[in-house]
Amino acid sequence: MKAKHQRLTLILLALGAVAVSAVLALSGLRDQAAFFYAPSDVAAQGLPLGRAVRLGGMVEAGSVKRAADGVTVHFVVTDGKATTPVTYAGIVPDLFREKSGVVAEGQFQRDGSFVAGNLLAKHDEKYMPPELAGKMHETKTLEQ
Amino acid sequence: MIAEAGLAALWLAAALAALQLALAAIGLRRGEAPVLATVRPVALVQGGLVALAMLALILVFQASDMSVKLVAENSHSAKPWIYKVAGAWGNHEGSMLLWVTILGLAGGAVAWFEKTLAERTLIATLGAQAAIALGFYAFLLFASNPFARLNPAAVDGAGLNPLLQDPGLAFHPPTLYAGYVGLSVAFSFAVGALVTRDVGREFARAMRPWVLSAWIFLTLGITAGSYWAYYELGWGGWWFWDPVENASLMPWLAATALLHSVTVLATRDGLRAWTVMLAVVAFSMSMLGTFLVRSGILTSVHAFAVDPRRGAFILVLLALYIGGALALFAARVGTVRQGTTFDPVSREGGLVANNLLLSVILGIVLIGTLYPIVAAGFDVQLSVGPPFFNKAAGPLALILIVVMAVGPLVRWRRDDAQALVVRAVWPIGVTAFAFAALVVFAMPIGVLPLLGLSLAAGLAVASVAPLWGRDLRRTPLFTWGMVVAHLGIAISLAGIACDSAFTVERLIALRGGDSTRVGPYKVTLDGISPVVADNWSALQARLSVERDGDVTRLYPQSRTFSDPPTTTSESAIMTVPDGQLYTVLGQPDGTGRWQMRLWWKPFVTLIWAGGVLVAMGGALSLVGRLRKRRPRREAWT
Repeated sequence: MKAKHQRLTLILLALGAVAVSAVLALSGLRDQAAFFYAPSDVAAQGLPLGRAVRLGGMVEAGSVKRAADGVTVHFVVTDGKATTPVTYAGIVPDLFREKSGVVAEGQFQRDGSFVAGNLLAKHDEKYMPPELAGKMHETKTLEQ
Repeated sequence: MIAEAGLAALWLAAALAALQLALAAIGLRRGEAPVLATVRPVALVQGGLVALAMLALILVFQASDMSVKLVAENSHSAKPWIYKVAGAWGNHEGSMLLWVTILGLAGGAVAWFEKTLAERTLIATLGAQAAIALGFYAFLLFASNPFARLNPAAVDGAGLNPLLQDPGLAFHPPTLYAGYVGLSVAFSFAVGALVTRDVGREFARAMRPWVLSAWIFLTLGITAGSYWAYYELGWGGWWFWDPVENASLMPWLAATALLHSVTVLATRDGLRAWTVMLAVVAFSMSMLGTFLVRSGILTSVHAFAVDPRRGAFILVLLALYIGGALALFAARVGTVRQGTTFDPVSREGGLVANNLLLSVILGIVLIGTLYPIVAAGFDVQLSVGPPFFNKAAGPLALILIVVMAVGPLVRWRRDDAQALVVRAVWPIGVTAFAFAALVVFAMPIGVLPLLGLSLAAGLAVASVAPLWGRDLRRTPLFTWGMVVAHLGIAISLAGIACDSAFTVERLIALRGGDSTRVGPYKVTLDGISPVVADNWSALQARLSVERDGDVTRLYPQSRTFSDPPTTTSESAIMTVPDGQLYTVLGQPDGTGRWQMRLWWKPFVTLIWAGGVLVAMGGALSLVGRLRKRRPRREAWT
């Protein structure tokens, strides 16, 4: 093989690699990216069934109830306009509180409830998940 | 006083960086030897000054000087001594200062130790290193001054995030940064060689030890960070595909590719332009990672502060350096002479496959990491997590493992495909045998863990194959290095596959005296009692764990810190030869029971043992390369 040809082949291979990674990534992202929902988004857009999503909002006051098995928790997430009941089996994060922000990762069920596989609560007093901060801000301005 | 001295040292270092850049540029343009001769000493002094600034910051933290704003906001006088020292980089400004310190020290090290690179290229390299440093000095001095005073001084500090109050803080950030920022040397070498049109074998030989050193630190830093997250977060996972983790993985992937392509350049004088490109990409990934972590656009334990001005500042630096290097590359790539050619079936061919696969994986991780940020720009909020990365990058990683097993068995320049299959018969046989044994005895397990374990067995055999039939005492150290590093990957892969295939998890609420089973263990909750330390109090579970009649006690805690007021779970982990028992204490359920989360993780420790082995392989190679270089230099002098 001539030197020029080899260089050309290598360049084409490198470009091919870039293309392959872009195609693989973008097609994977279409199925696998977890979109963020607030309870009122569901009312507006319909239930995203059969895919992993994130649900964010405030834990409604007085809504946290523990099931008899000691590890399952039921609570209601609200964004001020709509609410979604959530079920979660596991150890809740240390800063999971009523009237405090939470992001639940999991799937919506047909009845409109949400089963979470993971909960993200704020790390400390200063921290709020950015997507949540955005959503809460939006709701506030709408209310004003 | 110490704070002012630190700030002065920082300003002086910045001024010297400007001087270093100017002297290098003038010296190279005019070709005046006296001017060129000043660049090395300036780089050394600059490194020393920025190290002094870092030392000053550590001293004010250690003294809990609450009149320094950074200390008041991020430290507390009641903190244990080690977290006062390590807390110096447990915040935005301090960690940026550590970043720049390592940049300055790396430049100083090049000025002091590098004796083989052509002198003009070396000066250009130091000039490039100074240009990078200048931008980040500006960032520190104008947007992130770590030495700003607070008037009046605070009574006491706000404290350090308790998740960071762990011995890991003393080790993980400096190691990771040494790797991360150490890659700047590769970047500057590439820029230097493009400036002087000097890309060739000597350049590759000179650059290799620097890339290798950065890569060793990066490997250790990632391994340490993974283990830290594993035991500190209490989630039982060792890698979460968190954007911040990806930010450290991407430079590692690029540096790994660079390490292999620079070998082709040094040994066979091929892949010239590609190697230069990778050197630019590797440090670009480091800077991109810095932007992701330090700009505040991500939320994580690593993102200390949200200030949009800082994000914009780093973004401008990023565009400037990456854009500048790529523009230089585009302008000069035509002058990089074509290297030697090779057959597709050859060691070079295998290394090209390695590079392509690593690049594709890098591309996937990059797109997956940036996608949510780009989407947020269009007002769409989403997150990309493990399902995407595992599915998109997992299969490619397994193909890379196959290439990795076969590559070292192939000869340089050209090889015979049939003879290669004969050489690879043992690894192929072992892979097939492991696959069959797993299908018969261990089903059902997922496809990826099944393939992972089979290939790990094959790779383990293949990685020691280069030693067969050789006199082990005469085998060069860098060959040993390759063998050990590849074996480390096999071991790590086996641990990853075992963890995902055989982990047993139990989530349960227990009353005092209750027992449960997890894997081969019977776990009994003996009781819960309070514990108090200097800056936290905790509820502690007393667990008896029994296996084959042997009883051990474990004490997982739920800790409450006062400054800042935070609760964390401290897992209790028992390591045995065939795995780890991982226990976490949750909350009371209100009826006298306590939530417990328990995992039995067979062979999970192999993940980090493999990582350490990979770094050790790198260290062996490094010693081997440096030792090989020395006699030649003596012959010259």
